Amino acid sequence: MEELLREYLPILVFLGLAIALGLILILAAVVIAVRHPDAEKVSAYECGFNAFDDARMKFDVRFYLVSILFIIFDLEVAFLFPWAASFQYQGLFGFWSMVAFLGVLTVGFAYEWKKGALEWE
Amino acid sequence: MGFAAFAFYLFAITAVVSGGLVVLSRNPVHSVLWLILAFISSAGLFILLGAEFVALLLVIVYVGAVAVLFLFVVMMLDVDFAELRGEFSRYAPIGFLLGLVILLQLGFAFGAWEVTEQAAAQRAAVTPAPEQVQNTVALGQLIYTRYIFLFQAAGLVLFVAMVGAIVLTLRHRTNVKRQDILAQMYRDPAASVELKDVKPGQGI
Repeated sequence: MEELLREYLPILVFLGLAIALGLILILAAVVIAVRHPDAEKVSAYECGFNAFDDARMKFDVRFYLVSILFIIFDLEVAFLFPWAASFQYQGLFGFWSMVAFLGVLTVGFAYEWKKGALEWE
Repeated sequence: MGFAAFAFYLFAITAVVSGGLVVLSRNPVHSVLWLILAFISSAGLFILLGAEFVALLLVIVYVGAVAVLFLFVVMMLDVDFAELRGEFSRYAPIGFLLGLVILLQLGFAFGAWEVTEQAAAQRAAVTPAPEQVQNTVALGQLIYTRYIFLFQAAGLVLFVAMVGAIVLTLRHRTNVKRQDILAQMYRDPAASVELKDVKPGQGI
């Protein structure tokens, strides 16, 4: 266990450095930068007219569809990874088990291709 | 205090604090960002437990994909947050009551929790030690053969999610002009361009 964690120590050091660098950059901006705020300077910039409303607007639902399809294939790849790592221990049964899994998802993939869910109009 | 203990307290405190800030922050987009920090620190906790594969899966799937999905949902809800905050005070008593009930239930459950002597031995028997076999390999030896029905059920759930997402959200717009590259390539210049000999001063 200790051996395992020692291998992750560089990542912890790296994480600490990354956080420290981020904090230094933010704090440097707070300390060093010259700031004279003004109502016009801090307001939202629009070319030539006052801002109509909030910058927040509704996303098209198709973005959501794309990201859901991405998650599904992401999970499929996540299942593939331990399968590949332990391939030598599994034998034929594990192989066909994964082929059936991939077959089901390939049917889904064919469905979404035929439906045109991957097309951006 | 060793590095493992230091890292445990670092990740645990970060997870708890960012989990609290998910609930407390006013802007839902900030809530999602705090949620990402909570995911990452839980991944650190998983690594400290020796569950490397689950930890990295948490980073890949939850931070990489699910958090993006949450952001989309937050951006898609066109909610007036000032109005929502006004509603908050109206529903706060019921919310606090529910929270209290859940807290009491958890308190009762953990108060009556007894660990048998066999539990430690049984847990040690299921998982091989990290020194003997790698985490990912150990998982792979179990998932695809011993737990094949759960694995195939997971595949079917993913399939249903795929079909469901398409059925629910896919709307083809009519009256959209698309480029048909094949039709463009097969178009015959002789059939589509016509030369006309126009006499000067006459027009067509």
